[in-house]
Amino acid sequence: MELVYKVEGGDFNKAGHASSQIKRVLKQLGVPPVIIKRVVVALYEAEVNIVAHAWRGVITAGIDESGIRVVLDDEGPGIPNIEKAMEKGYSTASQEVRDMGFGAGMGLPNIRSNVDDFKISSEVNKGTVLDFFIKF
Amino acid sequence: MTIRELVKKMDLQVFSGENGLDREIEGGYVSDLLSDVMGFSQEGEVWVTLQTHKNIMAVASLKDLAAIVLVKGLKPDEDAMEVSNEEEIPILGTDKSCFEFTGLLWSLIK
Ligand SMILES: Nc1ncnc2c1ncn2[C@@H]1O[C@H](COP(=O)(O)OP(=O)(O)O)[C@@H](O)[C@H]1O
Ligand SMILES: [Mg+2]
Repeated sequence: MELVYKVEGGDFNKAGHASSQIKRVLKQLGVPPVIIKRVVVALYEAEVNIVAHAWRGVITAGIDESGIRVVLDDEGPGIPNIEKAMEKGYSTASQEVRDMGFGAGMGLPNIRSNVDDFKISSEVNKGTVLDFFIKF
Repeated sequence: MTIRELVKKMDLQVFSGENGLDREIEGGYVSDLLSDVMGFSQEGEVWVTLQTHKNIMAVASLKDLAAIVLVKGLKPDEDAMEVSNEEEIPILGTDKSCFEFTGLLWSLIK
């Protein structure tokens, strides 16, 4: 099964929409709650990163008996130093975004600690591709 | 304890999500950082915060939290209350500070 969602940069009103749709599908499929919980953390953080840091993006979730693979492909400023971005507490979020409680610099570290396979690649001024897999 | 009992005991205001008042409380979590709550809160917890915008409901619903409590007399945004009603996860309010409210909550549910 493949699910595809578009995400608009800057649109915090819809942030989390794709994550909650995918959560619903996993529940209907009877995926164990402990696994759904990990998917939700990784997915939400990755979705919010497109909203907070990129211009627009597409989320593709592929689900089969073995697990869920999620690819988040965005057009945006990209990440110049991925190693730095992966550090706990590192954030380039604006003050406005921080005031909303985003921008704690915990997103990427929390994604990595909840998934079984994690890849990130980025090109400055073009965009970022985040790809993770969680086993069922 | 249920959210309904907590509302009564602590004289909380119910802004929205009345249909979720019979949710059972499993614990509490205090944070204004959404990623912190997303990463580390547990299902059934009461989330104490001063964030009032719609995104708190996305987090509460994705994490299956029991309720959100806004401290210091803060009021939720209109669209946050709409989602709270749809998801049946109550948004509650207290005039107390975060410190005072959390202390009392701890002594009630520990
Ligand atoms: N999709 C993205 N596009 C551009 N930059 C990103 C993206 N995702 C993350 N980043 C960069 O990595 C940093 C760390 O991300 P994260 O750990 O999620 O923390 P936060 O989102 O709270 O800043 C961000 O502040 C940003 O600079
Ligand atoms: Mg982030």
